[in-house]
Amino acid sequence: MEPIYGLMAEFDTPTELVEAAKRSYADGYRKMDTYSPFPIEEASEAIGFHKDRVALIVLIGGLLGGLSGYLLQYWINVINYPLNIGGRPYHSWPSFIIVTFEMTILFAGISGVVGMLALNGLPMPYHPVFNVPRFKEATNDKFFLCIEAADPKFDRADTERFLASLNATNISEVPH
Amino acid sequence: MHVLEPGHTFKSITDKIANIVLRRPVTLGWVAGFAISFGVMQILLLALAYLLFRGTIIWGINIPIGWGFAIINFVWWIGIGHAGTLISAILLLLKQSWRNSINRFAEAMTLFAVACAGMFPLVHTGRPWLAAYWLFPYPNSMGVWPQFRSPLIWDVFAVSTYFTISLLFWFTGLIPDLATMRDRAQNRWARGIYGLLAMGWRGSARHWKRYETVYLLLAGISTPLVLSVHTVVSFDFATSIIPGWHTTIFPPYFVAGAIYSGFAMVLVIAIPIRKYYGLDDMITMRHLVNSAKVMLATGLIVAYGYVMEVFAGFYSGNVYEKYLTLNRFEGPYAPFYWALVFCNVIFLNILWFKKVRETPIYLFLVSLVVLVGMWLERFVIVVVSLHRDYMPSQWGIYVPTRWDYLTFIGTLGLFASAMFLFIRIMPMISIFEIRTLLPESKVKAEAEVKH
Repeated sequence: MEPIYGLMAEFDTPTELVEAAKRSYADGYRKMDTYSPFPIEEASEAIGFHKDRVALIVLIGGLLGGLSGYLLQYWINVINYPLNIGGRPYHSWPSFIIVTFEMTILFAGISGVVGMLALNGLPMPYHPVFNVPRFKEATNDKFFLCIEAADPKFDRADTERFLASLNATNISEVPH
Repeated sequence: MHVLEPGHTFKSITDKIANIVLRRPVTLGWVAGFAISFGVMQILLLALAYLLFRGTIIWGINIPIGWGFAIINFVWWIGIGHAGTLISAILLLLKQSWRNSINRFAEAMTLFAVACAGMFPLVHTGRPWLAAYWLFPYPNSMGVWPQFRSPLIWDVFAVSTYFTISLLFWFTGLIPDLATMRDRAQNRWARGIYGLLAMGWRGSARHWKRYETVYLLLAGISTPLVLSVHTVVSFDFATSIIPGWHTTIFPPYFVAGAIYSGFAMVLVIAIPIRKYYGLDDMITMRHLVNSAKVMLATGLIVAYGYVMEVFAGFYSGNVYEKYLTLNRFEGPYAPFYWALVFCNVIFLNILWFKKVRETPIYLFLVSLVVLVGMWLERFVIVVVSLHRDYMPSQWGIYVPTRWDYLTFIGTLGLFASAMFLFIRIMPMISIFEIRTLLPESKVKAEAEVKH
C-alpha cells in the first residue's frame, strides 16, 4: 500500500477546478477525483467519468416491479383464489393496471436510490480525504482536486510540482 | 423580481441556511409555536385512544353516510401533499429554477400531510391492527387475499408508494446538505447525527454525477406518480354508481384541486417562515407571486369542474343526477355548497389583482380561504351524494360529532408540530441547489478565462 492516499489541491472557483482537472487528465493522470459543494457537470467529464449506469438500474427495477405487481395479481385472482366479482373475468387486466403502475414506480424509485448509494460506495464512515483539515470546506465554498497515489504516474514530488502549476491556492498531503 | 436577491456568495448561502439550525438559539417564538402545536396534537392522541376504546360509533357516521370526516380529511390532506411533489418534481423537469428555495420544506410538507392523510382510512377501518391483511397481499392463514378489482386497494398501493417515493426524494435531496451540516456543526452529538445521516458524502464528481441522474429520474417517475395518486383517490368515488360521483371529470378535477390546496398550504407555511427567519432574500416575492399564479390557474380549473358538474347534472337527463344538483343548491347541506362556491369560485378571483399577489399578508389570508374552500368541497362531495341517493327510504343525515372535529383538529397539531421540528433540525432550504443559482457556479468557457 502507498504511504499516502494522494495529494489534494484546493481551488476557489469551479472554473479553475475544471481547468485543473482537464489538464491533469491531459497530463496522463487517471486515478483522481474532484470534490465540490454542488454538482458540476464539467468536472465529471474532465476526469473522464462519462457513464454512470444508474438509469439502467432504474429501468431494471421498474420492469421487475411492474412485472411482479401484475403477476402477483394474476396469481392471486386467477390461480390461487379465483373469486367471481360481479361476473367479471378472473383475468380482468384493466383493473390490474393501477397496482402494476404503482409497483413499477415503487421499485424503480427504490432501486434508483439504493443503486446510486451502492455504486457510490455509501454509506462509507471513513474516507482518507476527510483527514485533510481544510476538506470540510468542500461542502461549503471550496473546490478540491485529489490525485491519488495509486495512479501509476503519481510521484510525490513531481505531482506536487504539477499541481502547483495549476494555480491551486493550497496543496496538501492526504494521509490514510 | 429575483429568484435570489443579489449580494450572496457560496459562503453566505451556507451560513445563512445552516446557521438557522446550528447557531441560532432556540427562540421564544419557536418554543411557543411548537408548544401550542404539540398541545393540539395531544387532542389527536386522546381522540384516537377513545376511538380505539369505543369504536367508530363515536363519530357521526352511519349508513347511508359511512364515510364522513375520515374520508373528507383523508382527501383534503393528501391533496395538500401534492404541491410538494409538484414543486420538487414537475418544476425540476420544467427547469424552473425558482423551485430551488421552496422545494425542501414543500417536500417535508408533503410527507407530513400524507402521514396525516394515511391515518384516516386506517382508523376508519375501526380495527387498524387487522388492516394489514385486509389491505396488503399478505399470505394469511385463512388463505384470502385483497380484492384487486377494488379502487380501495388501488388507493392503498398508490398512497403507500407515494409516501415511500416522497420520502426517498426528500432524503436524497437532503444528503449533500446533511454533509454540510456535519462539517459545520460544533456540537459533537449534532456532528455525529448529521454525519450518520449524510453517510459519508464527500461531494466527489463521480458521486455527483450518479446523484444527479437518480435525482432527475426520481423527478421523472414522481411526475406521473403524483398525478396518479389523486386520480386513484378520485376513483374511490368515480367507479361507484352514486349520483354525483359516477363521472369522468373527477380525475383531472381532483388533481387540479389537490395542487390548488397544496399551493395554498405552501404559502401559509412560507409567508410566516420567511418573515420570522428573515429569508426574504431566498424566498423572494417572485416565489410568492408564482405560487399565487399557480393557485389561480388550478383554482379556475376547479371552478370549471363545478360548472361542468352542474351542467352534466341537468344535461344528463338522469333524474337522480338532476336531483343531486338541486339537493346541493337547496338541500340540508346547501350552506356548505354555497360557502364552497364563495371560496373557490368567487373569492379566488381576487388573485387577478397584482396588489393582492404582491402583498404577503393578503396572500396568506387568501390561502386560508382556499384551504377552507377545498375542505368544504370534499365535504360536499362525500356527504351530499351519500345522504340522498336512489331510494328515499335510504336517506339520512350526517352530523359530525365532537370527536370528528377533535380528530381533525388534532391532525392539524400533528402537522404543525412536525413542521416546527423540521425547521429546527434540518436545513429548510436546499443549500446545494441555492448555490447553483449563483452565476459563479457555472464553469466559464476557456475563452472567457483567458482575459
